[in-house]
Amino acid sequence: MKAAVIVFPGSNCDRDLKVALAQSMGRDPIMVWHGDTTLPDVDLIAVPGGFSYGDYLRSGAMAAHSPIMKEVIRFAQRGGAVLGICNGFQVLTEAGLLPGVLMRNKNLRFVCRDVFLRVDHNDTVFSGAYETGQVIRVPVAHHDGNYFIDSKGHEQLEDERRIAFRYCDETGAINERANPNGSLSNIAGVLDPTRRILGMMPHPERLSDPALGGNDGRAMFDSLISALG
Amino acid sequence: MIRLSVRWARRVNNQSDVTPELAAEHGLTADEFDRAVEILGRTPNLTELGIFSVMWSEHCSYKSSKKWLRTLPTDAPWVICGPGENAGVIDIGEGLAAIFKMESHNHPSYIEPYQGAATGVGGIMRDVFTMGARPIANLNALRFGSPDHSKTRHLVSGVVAGIGGYGNCIGVPTVGGECTFHNSYDGNILVNAMTVGIAPADRIFYAEAAGIGNPVIYVGSKTGRDGIHGATMASAEFDDQSDEKRPTVQVGDPFTEKLLLEACLELMATDTIVAIQDMGAAGLTSSSFEMASRGGMGIDIDLDQVPMREAGMTAYELMLSESQERMLIVLKAGREDDARAIFEKWELDFAVIGHLTESGRMVLKMGGETVADLPVAPLADSAPEYDRPHVPSSVRPPIFAGDIVPKKNIKDALLDLIASPDLSSKRWIWEQYDHMVMGDTVARPGGDAAVVRIHGSNRALAATTDCTPRYVAADPVEGGKQAVAECWRNLTATGARPLAITDCLNFGSPERAEVMGQFVGAISGIGEAARALDFPIVSGNVSFYNETNGKAVQPTPAIGGVGLIDDLDRRAGLGLKPDLAVLLIGTTAGHLGASMFLREINGSEDGAPPQVDLTIERRVGDFVRHQITSGIVEICHDVSDGGIAIALVEMALAGGIGITIAAPDGADHGWWFGEDQARYLVAVGHDALPKLAEDALAADVPLVRIGLSGGDDLVLGTEGTLPLTLLRGAAESWLPAYMDA
Repeated sequence: MKAAVIVFPGSNCDRDLKVALAQSMGRDPIMVWHGDTTLPDVDLIAVPGGFSYGDYLRSGAMAAHSPIMKEVIRFAQRGGAVLGICNGFQVLTEAGLLPGVLMRNKNLRFVCRDVFLRVDHNDTVFSGAYETGQVIRVPVAHHDGNYFIDSKGHEQLEDERRIAFRYCDETGAINERANPNGSLSNIAGVLDPTRRILGMMPHPERLSDPALGGNDGRAMFDSLISALG
Repeated sequence: MIRLSVRWARRVNNQSDVTPELAAEHGLTADEFDRAVEILGRTPNLTELGIFSVMWSEHCSYKSSKKWLRTLPTDAPWVICGPGENAGVIDIGEGLAAIFKMESHNHPSYIEPYQGAATGVGGIMRDVFTMGARPIANLNALRFGSPDHSKTRHLVSGVVAGIGGYGNCIGVPTVGGECTFHNSYDGNILVNAMTVGIAPADRIFYAEAAGIGNPVIYVGSKTGRDGIHGATMASAEFDDQSDEKRPTVQVGDPFTEKLLLEACLELMATDTIVAIQDMGAAGLTSSSFEMASRGGMGIDIDLDQVPMREAGMTAYELMLSESQERMLIVLKAGREDDARAIFEKWELDFAVIGHLTESGRMVLKMGGETVADLPVAPLADSAPEYDRPHVPSSVRPPIFAGDIVPKKNIKDALLDLIASPDLSSKRWIWEQYDHMVMGDTVARPGGDAAVVRIHGSNRALAATTDCTPRYVAADPVEGGKQAVAECWRNLTATGARPLAITDCLNFGSPERAEVMGQFVGAISGIGEAARALDFPIVSGNVSFYNETNGKAVQPTPAIGGVGLIDDLDRRAGLGLKPDLAVLLIGTTAGHLGASMFLREINGSEDGAPPQVDLTIERRVGDFVRHQITSGIVEICHDVSDGGIAIALVEMALAGGIGITIAAPDGADHGWWFGEDQARYLVAVGHDALPKLAEDALAADVPLVRIGLSGGDDLVLGTEGTLPLTLLRGAAESWLPAYMDA
């Protein structure tokens, strides 16, 4: 698998994502500057967390209009795999590649802590190494992670099995207590209709190294290697 | 008391305006004004007066503290650069250096908590990356007023959001710190921010101008009218009209700082920089004067070239603005275009605003006219220095269990203490900080010290901030010693070798002899401990005038320490595991003077603090560290506020494992809650016990078994049992409940 990580001014999880990808891939991904107008020949585009352009407008809104995003959209339209984490998820929704919106956290505060996620489906390029229904522990770190979509859109996501991850408790139960940000239906990550674009608020790259206290995130990167070669 | 407003800045810049009265409004005494006139050989004009006032402010000149700061130990074989530069630099081996400093942003944070705290974080990070380091960890030491005070909730909320807002955005993890409450901070909170960075040891950048004709470059944000007289504000006490000082608070832009960080590090990888300094307190004035003075140079500056946020700014405003995210750089002549390309890539302002001269004078021009012409050395180096009157604090008697009537039994007291503002969990705070970004946070907040891996290695830095203000108030010398010793102990408890400290000395007005006495005493204690523990002070900051209407804060010399872990597989954490022997290392006499127990349960702040015997401290700490780095001990916690009982609860909660405690016969409140120093709790397997006990005996270190881990309860010997769920609820609920109330 060949991968590229998009770097916006204000991205700050680009190195973390690079390290996690490199660990699974055995070589470094290509770092692509936001002002570039061409993409290298890759199988996966990863959009990292951070505060692109400071996120002083709406999170991800400015980045969605940067030159490289036109190419990312084209790449996605050709069936390329795209992963957006945290700010990357916000960018993908702002760019129209994923439905819904990430609003300010329900309690209005930034939240950084480990959460449990239920893997709702393992039949995607991102989740093949997990079991469906598996409970994994990875961190969140965001101010705007409160996922919302209208009821029709929500119904569609459910019907088309496009909710990739939901916040849950240790046992896998989906409840209000396990929801760190007020997201509708505890949604932590969603897929596009092709199931080759994933946006998620939690950071699998932050717990892909046992020295940091956990390794549950690594299987996502291993899944991608298996699926994309 | 300064009643200065920017209206002065709009006035014509001429000498006849400048009177001793105006100088007094700028915070200069009559003597200082006379001295300024003498240095110039004429009356300064308004711009020059402004420059004198900030350069000679307490904040920038250290005029009341210098005499005492000189007594501190600042050297060790691993110190690359001690105090005097933007930050301290130490050698951490393998070609790397750690660069770190702690600084106060107290007054701005009280007036405008979000921006005050945010810009405090931004400022300290610039101090570190201006020397060539990539920041890898932020910490903060926060002191708020009584929880009952009407402003406290608002201040906690704003300060925490501001620290998070800045650090989270720039993407440097906020990994540790402390937060306590006391009514002495009601009108004067303390917000001390610390940054630790890492740089190649052979590529450290200093702020010493050199090379006649070399260009002086301004990069970063544009200059606006914010923060004018911030340094002067920080050099006077508060009163009821403090809110009027809001215009002196700066506004932070972490996104621009992120760009500035990346651009500076990119520039530093080229061979173009002669000197670099961030524009912090007193902005363009202090950065230009300090760089020129260190190199014995003069600078000609064309103020028309300074990037401005708004039209019509005067020389006075440009020189005194504390707009954030700006740097001043001396480049090698001819390399301007290389540097410009980097800053343009990052979409930051870049301007050649002047050049170095051999005149030894700072000559400022604007609109073709000379608006200021000042000799550099006298302003920077011959700032006033005071030996202010000081009186020692009165001595208080020690207090042991037999001297008091405890108002609660052990069990109830413990439950109350763990739910008290100072001892309860600060999770509500640190979950608002991104403490994991950069992917190297090995020990997250909540332990003795944060542990951050050195990227790409199996080594790590441990960092912590510590001070027990109630001890310093009770006995400044012992309190000063204790702050250093506890910092050293917290690093030791992770297995780190403590290397050096930065200090952030927060006191009331130095013009009062009792406050000055606290300062002198604390410095003496800090120096004594730093010498005994080979723990030199490599950077720091003094913040005086932390008082409102004549009421000073508790003396709070915050100590930020950095240590090195050579092998991440040989370190310790405090989380307990089952079926281990719990051991107490060190001597317990049961000191309750100035303790948390006495204050929270008996409602008294009386008594002498526990003595710090530095010989014992060192012996015990070296023993514990050796056991950790030898792989024998993996679970360790220092005993501090709240004594053995609280330390045991913290270990149990961190691991989710109970303890059956076997207290010695006749264990009284002093045993459970006494705050004797130089003590640790460790937990080891039973097979490791005999050898550990033997080693302790050989090292002359007291070691006694006090419990066994396991189960879901804290069994307090014969004093009853507390389920962990109850203790966790008590520890975790105070702060969220308080903030939501």
